[in-house]
Amino acid sequence: MMIYLPIAEVSVNAFLLLGLGGLVGVLSGMFGVGGGFLMTPLLFFIGIPPAVAVATEANQIVASSFSGVLAHLRRKTVDLKMGTVLLVGGLIGAALGVVVFNYLKSMGQVDLLVRLCYVIFLGIIGGLMFFESLRAIARARGTASGPAPRRRKRGWISKLPFKMRFNTSGLYISVIPPVIVGVAVGILAAIMGVGGGFIMVPAMIYILGMPTKVVVGTSLFQIIFVTAFTTLLHATTNFTVDIVLAVLLLVGGVIGAQIGTRIGVKMKAEQLRILLAIMVLVVCGKLALDLLLEPSELYTIGTAGGGH
Amino acid sequence: MLRLIALACALMFGPAALKAENVVLGLSQNKVSITTNFDGSEILIFGAVKREAPLPEGDPLEVIIAVQGPSTPLTVRRKERRFGIWINTDTVEVDSAPAFYAVATSAPFRQAISDTEDLRHRISIPRAIRSVGAPVDVGNAADFTRAVIRIRKENGLYQLQENAVEVSEQTLFRASIALPANLTEGDYETRIFLTRGGAVVSDYSTVIDVRKVGLERFLFSLSREQPLVYGLLSLAIAIAAGWGASAAFRIFQRN
Repeated sequence: MMIYLPIAEVSVNAFLLLGLGGLVGVLSGMFGVGGGFLMTPLLFFIGIPPAVAVATEANQIVASSFSGVLAHLRRKTVDLKMGTVLLVGGLIGAALGVVVFNYLKSMGQVDLLVRLCYVIFLGIIGGLMFFESLRAIARARGTASGPAPRRRKRGWISKLPFKMRFNTSGLYISVIPPVIVGVAVGILAAIMGVGGGFIMVPAMIYILGMPTKVVVGTSLFQIIFVTAFTTLLHATTNFTVDIVLAVLLLVGGVIGAQIGTRIGVKMKAEQLRILLAIMVLVVCGKLALDLLLEPSELYTIGTAGGGH
Repeated sequence: MLRLIALACALMFGPAALKAENVVLGLSQNKVSITTNFDGSEILIFGAVKREAPLPEGDPLEVIIAVQGPSTPLTVRRKERRFGIWINTDTVEVDSAPAFYAVATSAPFRQAISDTEDLRHRISIPRAIRSVGAPVDVGNAADFTRAVIRIRKENGLYQLQENAVEVSEQTLFRASIALPANLTEGDYETRIFLTRGGAVVSDYSTVIDVRKVGLERFLFSLSREQPLVYGLLSLAIAIAAGWGASAAFRIFQRN
């Protein structure tokens, strides 16, 4: 069934969009990532104009994250206190990110920088997570009798002031690291046009030392607000949110997120991490190839007066 | 005084009188409505040639039909390999390029119309694109215009259909123009040219109105006129859908 999208001004297959939404929703629920870094390139591929794809994607992430958070809230795997601290940092970061983005746009080449950002960050995070998870799995197999040694060597982080107790995460740490993580993720999220879950999740595990089960729900909680903010910004300044496209994607997305959350609960944390790592590396590889291989069409048409 | 009236008459009726052949046109639809399930459209353009005088001798009558969508300026970028990766280097601003352009002719294009007449009436696809302000540092600006035509031809937005106009008895003609699904709104100027021996003997133009209707119209207007309301509506739908799915799955799991 073909549907004409009023803002994107293209006609697309409704079932294809429902399927894409569902697929990305499953991943979102499983890993606590918004799925923007997967969905946005997929939307480009089916012919949605990039500006519309990025803006509408933000709206869809709101829905799938909200659906995922509700499921996590019932399991009590959302650290609301930590989420709020991260969110404060995230909003500051997003505001800074918009300034940085506009500065890059005035210099031109913003497209390339966004792509390079993707390749570098996805590469580093995917690689680190992949090897760490491999080690964790090997360790779990090797010493099946005893529990794996907990990484509690945070040294200077534990000496910072403004300590706060995060009961759900079982942490008693300074608020400074989470705020800094929030700001950093917020900046990157605004530049790269995604929720930032794929950066947030590893940062929470490896920098803040939060338990993996809590990380996913908390990340989703924070993503809702950042992407809602982004959606409103795009809708009011660029007029690029396509509500029909969003509805099709999010109907698939919210159902997918529910299924994903249930799959995620049944899986071991190491398996979950290694799968996410592989997925991140695949997307990274695809984007790197796009930059390295000669494109079949050297020319691109853009609307005059900016836009990419 | 009499000479003046004669001159005025000549000016008023002159062109019509000089044109021994005129177009009488029909369209299968002069309005295209973009609805939610819009999946492209086909417009049948048909007409007849009205003559005051007997059929002229010599070159046969040829018909050219051009349908042109709204024009906008474009930015065309070219990628080049720098430091091992492909990045956008040169940029050319195209002053005006139609979003849609279809030309249908009753004979091979060059046979139907001469180059000078094409230049005057801007009929062929390259002439429909206006690009004057190419920067000096970009050597081959024509490559960029050609790229626009190539990309849009692949998307079905630019079409050159030679021998697609059927002409019978040098009087009746018909052609169908396929409008793709990724159509933009606006006035689509439709021009008909009658030519003999490559020269235009008569032309006629009309407008096909392409508009979004119903839900499409409502959403598009809302997004432009009330962007905040539109944005909040989008968010409300997202939150409701997220909650709905969650609630539905909970009921589903309990049973």
